[in-house]
Amino acid sequence: MAVLVDNDTRLCVSGITGREGTFHSLNNRTYGTQVVSGVTPGKGGQDVEGIPVFNTFHDAVEQTGANTAMIFVPPRFAADSILEAEDAGIELIITITEGIPAHDELKVYNHLKRNPNVRLVGPNCPGILSPGKANVGIIPASFFSEGNVGVVSRSGTLTYQIGNELAQSGFGNSSIVGIGGDPVPGSSFIDIVELFEADDETELIVLSGEIGGDAEEQAAEFIAENVSKPVVAYIAGFTAPPGKTMGHAGAIVSGSKGTAQAKAEALEAKGVRVGRTPTEVAEIAVEILRG
Amino acid sequence: MDLLEYQGKKLFAQHGVPVPVGKPATSVEEAVASAEELGYPVVVKAQVLIGGRGKAGGIKLATNHDEAAQHAEAILGMDIKGHVVHELYIEKASEIEEEYYAAFVFDRSAKKPMAMFSKMGGMDVEAVAETDPEAMRTLHVDPLVGFQDFQGRRLAYEAGIPADVIRPVGAMLAKLYETFVSEDAMLVEVNPLLVTKSRDVVALDAKVTLDGNALYRHPDSAEFRNIGAEDEQERMAKERNLTYVKLDGNVGILGNGAGLVMSTLDVVAQAGGQPANFLDAGGGSKAEAITSAVEVILSDPKVTAVLFNIFGGITRCDEVAKGLIEAFRQIEPTVPFVVRLDGTNDKEGRALLAEADLPNVHTEATMLGAAKRVVELAGQPTAAAQA
Repeated sequence: MAVLVDNDTRLCVSGITGREGTFHSLNNRTYGTQVVSGVTPGKGGQDVEGIPVFNTFHDAVEQTGANTAMIFVPPRFAADSILEAEDAGIELIITITEGIPAHDELKVYNHLKRNPNVRLVGPNCPGILSPGKANVGIIPASFFSEGNVGVVSRSGTLTYQIGNELAQSGFGNSSIVGIGGDPVPGSSFIDIVELFEADDETELIVLSGEIGGDAEEQAAEFIAENVSKPVVAYIAGFTAPPGKTMGHAGAIVSGSKGTAQAKAEALEAKGVRVGRTPTEVAEIAVEILRG
Repeated sequence: MDLLEYQGKKLFAQHGVPVPVGKPATSVEEAVASAEELGYPVVVKAQVLIGGRGKAGGIKLATNHDEAAQHAEAILGMDIKGHVVHELYIEKASEIEEEYYAAFVFDRSAKKPMAMFSKMGGMDVEAVAETDPEAMRTLHVDPLVGFQDFQGRRLAYEAGIPADVIRPVGAMLAKLYETFVSEDAMLVEVNPLLVTKSRDVVALDAKVTLDGNALYRHPDSAEFRNIGAEDEQERMAKERNLTYVKLDGNVGILGNGAGLVMSTLDVVAQAGGQPANFLDAGGGSKAEAITSAVEVILSDPKVTAVLFNIFGGITRCDEVAKGLIEAFRQIEPTVPFVVRLDGTNDKEGRALLAEADLPNVHTEATMLGAAKRVVELAGQPTAAAQA
């Protein structure tokens, strides 16, 4: 098993005809993901290296049985594309786009929440990789192999850093889920940790957080009550000054709220071990896995 | 993007939130001319992005020409908690009878806008929340339905304000919510929200933060400037589409991906160093972007060494190496560089660097090793450089 994406994933890519969209769709297909269709309004009837393109998500779902969407369109079109995918009956919507206005995200989040059959991952995320099964997004799959560590992270490159250190110690991953660096992520740490807890293949969970918001604090509470598997955490941004957005729209210490210190303390108070560096996170994980 | 008071009030006025009349000024002459035009008494207000302006002497009442000139002279150039005053706002004075507090915040935890209202305005809201949490009334707004009249009434009644201002306060809250949503704000705060002697309800201050990602919808707001807060490196980086944040130390940092760069700053600090900046070269950076980023980092005179920490995903390490080599050709840096390249095309990147044999460029295999090395090479910031 793995979580969210696997051999049953039938992917439809919104923005497949754009330069980045084409590049990563083909990469995902090369990895083994079933990329069944794409959507670009006005380009219905065309194809991208054999992947049929439709004008609407509704056509793509009806004709290709897509169950997963990847959103690759520019920020100003992204909210609309997510809502279209949901309206067409897509169950999992993975949004790579960075720079979506926060109020758009707020509306999308609150609308999607009313539909129990849909899940949004992202925006502003690198996607999801289940090694050996499927890759949806921009995660460089070559660094990761099949294994039993589930990773959930707000940051892409930091995930690669931690994953690579684990790989060097001989440990692979069940799934790697980027939840994204925006203020209103569609899926929270809790949503993904819950999936890993239920996933047979996952033995240990790595949670990589950063400054801003209180998703890590909420996850700490959830883990204490609901998670039996070991969780190792990392928090980035101890040196971030308050009031400055550190690259990710969601990575900002507001006044005294959302500091790395507070997050690390909240996790440790609930028995989650927190590594001080990405290297230390990998070391702790390896120590636990080797028992 | 944080707005100055007068910029926030401009947005308020556009959405029908009552504000006193006023005019911004950048010189004493301009301030006095505005005061004369508005008619005395006026208030001369420092325009800086920091609370406690009044206590610091940055807000003064002027009842005639000489006082206006005197206060403008004193306040322009004043340093308020590290913020130098470059602009003033000259505002018609209001007769204060009661001071309330109102805000709409982007509640990331609840994933909804949150309305806040208190009759204990004029003071530090966090202090009120601590001493008398009941005094701050809050409720969440469903963003798909918007702020409802009953919510305004409920906040007003619960806060216990006099009957005659329940309706106008509710109306102002509705207009503030409209400002919050239609301007794509992350925060709209009014403290104090004033009841005047004639029982008018007015926003006497404005604290507005806009969402940088939504500025394409608001070309006028994108033009708002805050001269005092502009940093030379941050301005350069913005022009080059780089994500850069200036910090206080002397170790220049370049990485790819916001999380990895934040982590790099932390690791450098743990190794005893002080980062000079946050710079995310972004995913898939080409050589030109790297060269351009090196220019920005080195334009900060405090920088005594630079760390490149790259884990290539879509970013290719050979492109990063090419960018660095080009930067050395163009800029001829005099400070040492420590470079850690891992991930996509790392071998090619390291080979390019070895071949180029750049002066004072050190390669390291790991992130921790690289952080330690750069801290040794950078030394501690000198007192002169810190000042």
